[in-house]
Amino acid sequence: MTGWRAFTGRAVVFAHDNVDTDQLIPARFMSAPRAQGYGRFLLHDHPDRDTLSGAEIVIAGRNFGCGSSREAAVYALVDAGIRAVIAPGFGDIFAANAVNNGLLPAVVADTAALRAAVDAGGEIAIDLEKGTLSAGEITETFTLDAAARDKIVNGWDDIDLTASHTDTIATFIKTYHGTYPWSRPNPKGEPTCA
Amino acid sequence: MKTLFAKVWDRHEVLRRDDGVSLLFVDRHLVHEGSHHAFRKLADRGLAVSRPDLTFGVTDHYAPTRPGHATDAIRGMMAGLVENTARHGIRCFGPDDPGQGIVHVIGPEQGLTLPGLVINCGDSHTSTHGAFGAIAFGIGATEVAHVLATQTVWQKRPPVMRLTIDGTLASGVTAKDVALGWIAQLGADGARGHAVEYAGSTVRAMSMEARMTLCNLSIEGGARCGMVAPDAVTLEYIRGRAFAPGADLWDAACADWLSLATDPDAAFDRDVTLDASTIAPLVTWGTSPEDALPITADVPAPKDDHARDALAYMGLTAGRPLAGTPIDRVFIGSCTNGRIEDLRAAAAVLSGRRARVPGMVSPGSAAVKRQAEDEGLDRIFADAGLEWVDPGCSMCVGMNGDTVARGERCASSTNRNFKGRQGQGARTHLMSPAMVAAAALTGALADVRPLLRGRT
Repeated sequence: MTGWRAFTGRAVVFAHDNVDTDQLIPARFMSAPRAQGYGRFLLHDHPDRDTLSGAEIVIAGRNFGCGSSREAAVYALVDAGIRAVIAPGFGDIFAANAVNNGLLPAVVADTAALRAAVDAGGEIAIDLEKGTLSAGEITETFTLDAAARDKIVNGWDDIDLTASHTDTIATFIKTYHGTYPWSRPNPKGEPTCA
Repeated sequence: MKTLFAKVWDRHEVLRRDDGVSLLFVDRHLVHEGSHHAFRKLADRGLAVSRPDLTFGVTDHYAPTRPGHATDAIRGMMAGLVENTARHGIRCFGPDDPGQGIVHVIGPEQGLTLPGLVINCGDSHTSTHGAFGAIAFGIGATEVAHVLATQTVWQKRPPVMRLTIDGTLASGVTAKDVALGWIAQLGADGARGHAVEYAGSTVRAMSMEARMTLCNLSIEGGARCGMVAPDAVTLEYIRGRAFAPGADLWDAACADWLSLATDPDAAFDRDVTLDASTIAPLVTWGTSPEDALPITADVPAPKDDHARDALAYMGLTAGRPLAGTPIDRVFIGSCTNGRIEDLRAAAAVLSGRRARVPGMVSPGSAAVKRQAEDEGLDRIFADAGLEWVDPGCSMCVGMNGDTVARGERCASSTNRNFKGRQGQGARTHLMSPAMVAAAALTGALADVRPLLRGRT
């Protein structure tokens, strides 16, 4: 994954609250391999899906991405060319999935000023390191966990990061299983027919 | 002085970075057909599964519930999981396995879910397993690949909220109503970012099945996970299950598990209380689980755009009583309410009566199905005119083709009334299994309490 620090792009307002991941990508599309591209599935059954056509930044409503853990919801946004979603709050799993795919989940408690600016103009400039969103005369700060920001900026991949701790993990597990031997699945275990 | 959450978290922390993010050891990793993205990531990098002995697979999301109903695409999804797990030496509860069922039903049933564990699965309802005093949470495909490769997960320690529920639940009121009740009160994002510990006399009096329903719905209130401290009820449930500790380790295990309970003076980041005696059977009227009201209420006047939009989608008129709203079909099942107790509760209402609308009953697992048949529940459902089918996620998520038709209204024991969740244009009303049974009998949203008179 390539990291990024700043981005300026076309923003649109998609103000619905509680846009859950079932809406972002209906379940029937989730068996497709990612290589085919997920952008065409984005908000497939939503009456306002055309609003997002050509958008790179979305100003969304409350509790965006709530619901299922399907990372496919993030794939659909990313493959449709979306780089950031700005909302008063996100579903936790969605936000983690977004960061893992370089999609910025920017928390802004009150998006009214940004929405007004975007309605008048259309572009938002994102500065990840300063934590700011600028549209016309308006500049708002957004909230993002420092660890999440570093991940997006550097394009870090967790499996690569964890590889440097392989020995620590192996030692930890050995000690852990020595202390809590009952935590392991009983090796005699076989499915019961009870 | 530590909370249950802190005790479990601390024993799993392999390391903590300067930015406060911890690397946690994962005791159990559960995978299903939807994990294909993660296996693909692993294959692309040429990586092996780190601990196949701690990883278990099951076919559930796409599992057909009726013979001959699997399309080639569905068979392909299940075969993909069976192949991926076989390649990596992972025990898989595949389509014909006597242990097959919904991942959050079979984990506890097989004794894979134990107190004090960290449990991950690429499914948001992984919170279910917290009923045993485990930290259990759903993760996305990138994290699933990471757990497969390393048996660890990076997490920032969440604040902990205690939800204390005291008092006795009235007849006809269940864990489902408690869960929908607090979500309606705090909002679908009310517990966002928090680990929730459910405490209080109401929770202590609950069976494991009821605690699982409560923890299952934690995610619908935005929580990262839900937990209940292990007690005698927990131990009794676990004892003798296939993958649970044997006699050699049992006493030591029990002593450890009982020590996990929150210390008396431990501090929580947030405290919320709920009076169980005030809770009535609830139904949802909108398109978010927070849109829940007592069955005796009227359809609410919309207070914002979300509610206006939800009422339009649901085809409801503000000010009309919820009870009496005609329905087209019912569904009983899912990881929320597909366990034996749920089926018994529905059967107690349906016994000797006929449903006025069609519907399906899908047990949460093959084992639940066998037990229900041993108890004769299948005949009660069939005599009532409902279809008794095989286990799987089924009509909760519709991936296997079990869907509700556009515009149809379904009374459902599931977890999400999201737009299109049960099928394009489907209208879902969430409620307890007993309330679904009441809706089936009357052909409309209905209060189960009068139908229970003389029966419980």
